[in-house]
Amino acid sequence: MRATSHFTGLKAAYKRELSDYFSSPLAFVFIAVFLILIGVFTWDLSRFFDTGAADLGPFFYWHPWLYMLFMPALAMRLWSDEISVGTSELLLSLPVELPGLVTGKFLAAWTVAGLALLLTIPWWITVNILGPADNAAILVTYIVSFLMAGAYLGIGAALSALTRSPVLAFVLGVVVAFLLTAAGWPLVTGALSSVLGAPAGDAIAQFSFLTHFETAQRGVLDLRSVIYFLGFIALCCALNVLFVNHRRSGVQ
Amino acid sequence: MLALNGLEKSFAGHKAVQGISFTINKGEVVGFLGQNGAGKSTTMRMVAGVLEPDAGDAEIAGLSITSQRREAQAALGYLPEGAPLYRDMTPVQFLSFLADAHGLSKEIQKTSIDRVIADARIAEVASKPIGTLSKGYRRRVGLAGAILHDPPVLLLDEPTDGLDPIQKRAVRALITRMAEDKAIMISTHTLEEVPAMCSRVIIIDNGLVVADDTPDALSAGQTDGLEKAFLDLASRNGGEAA
Repeated sequence: MRATSHFTGLKAAYKRELSDYFSSPLAFVFIAVFLILIGVFTWDLSRFFDTGAADLGPFFYWHPWLYMLFMPALAMRLWSDEISVGTSELLLSLPVELPGLVTGKFLAAWTVAGLALLLTIPWWITVNILGPADNAAILVTYIVSFLMAGAYLGIGAALSALTRSPVLAFVLGVVVAFLLTAAGWPLVTGALSSVLGAPAGDAIAQFSFLTHFETAQRGVLDLRSVIYFLGFIALCCALNVLFVNHRRSGVQ
Repeated sequence: MLALNGLEKSFAGHKAVQGISFTINKGEVVGFLGQNGAGKSTTMRMVAGVLEPDAGDAEIAGLSITSQRREAQAALGYLPEGAPLYRDMTPVQFLSFLADAHGLSKEIQKTSIDRVIADARIAEVASKPIGTLSKGYRRRVGLAGAILHDPPVLLLDEPTDGLDPIQKRAVRALITRMAEDKAIMISTHTLEEVPAMCSRVIIIDNGLVVADDTPDALSAGQTDGLEKAFLDLASRNGGEAA
């Protein structure tokens, strides 16, 4: 008997997409490059061992900036490939619901991102070897970092439904992700405040991923940030559904 | 079993399909013919629920594709033009994905996949990546996907394209065998295949039905058979075939 839900097809799409990631070197290369870069940035640029503190601040500092590039890369093929190869026609002819397909694909990409994050656990172990670490604060930052990765992925996934070119989807994704990241960067916030006034600058900064992640970096689990990231993911998935559904009207 | 009621579709002001209506009953195999750009694929996409019609509706086993889309699609097997497939998957993985999407239980999945692998004669390539298969095999994998859930209505866009003569004969035999309890609509460019498979022919031109009859009736009195009839109808309606 068929389940009657708006998420019919979620499991099929999730399994298919996850198998696609791991049937090619894509997921392995993604994870390997992410781990190498986060290692180099934390170790070398942030001088992790020179801080003299047993915390992962220098490690988490780079997350938004790396996600800004890596998550659109992970999401760029989610829909653009289906459109260019023609399998989107097959998908749209199946008795499934678009929210199910969109969510299944998104969750598969988020699983790969989560796996990459999970493989950074040795950093956490290292700070515990170096000295007494605030593990609760680190756990909070990991959770919010995972949510933030989902928000960056949501942008890439939604934009990939607008084009048949994965490269264009990636570029668009990085541009939008950069705007949402840089809006909370002190340099940009300061410039915006001087031009538009402090209230406007602060208001714009509230939309930035950086602003919401900074709270978590201090070890504080702010419910507003959790709701912000989850809400942003939901918004991106809804836009993704709209963009795919728009193709049913005949837009190529 | 399949009823098209005044289907219309325009793209950027151009009317690709202009109110197409016909019915296909159980046991009928209907050849859907027309020149490139006549509106065949657009019509099939609307019936399959891939495109939304501007006006009109299609009923699949009594279910409306516009108001009961998911239920109607569950009663439909669709082989899109070019048989697009996931090249990284094996045929078995691809069929399992479709079975999941159709909500088939694990037990039914196994028997259904075994059945269509045998029917489409793809057992020898069932575990090879689809991207490494010949065009003929890929087409048969697509066909296996279309009949996996044993739907009462089949829409097949160029089902024998890319097949060698032996494979074509096997696919024709499969279609003829399935026709006993299904309504089948086949879009094809290969006119000589029509008498071998189809009990009825519908010809469209400029998005309109210009002929709807048996292959024998359409080719009656024509020395070159169905091809001449097709060319005559196309030229009468201003088509390029003239």
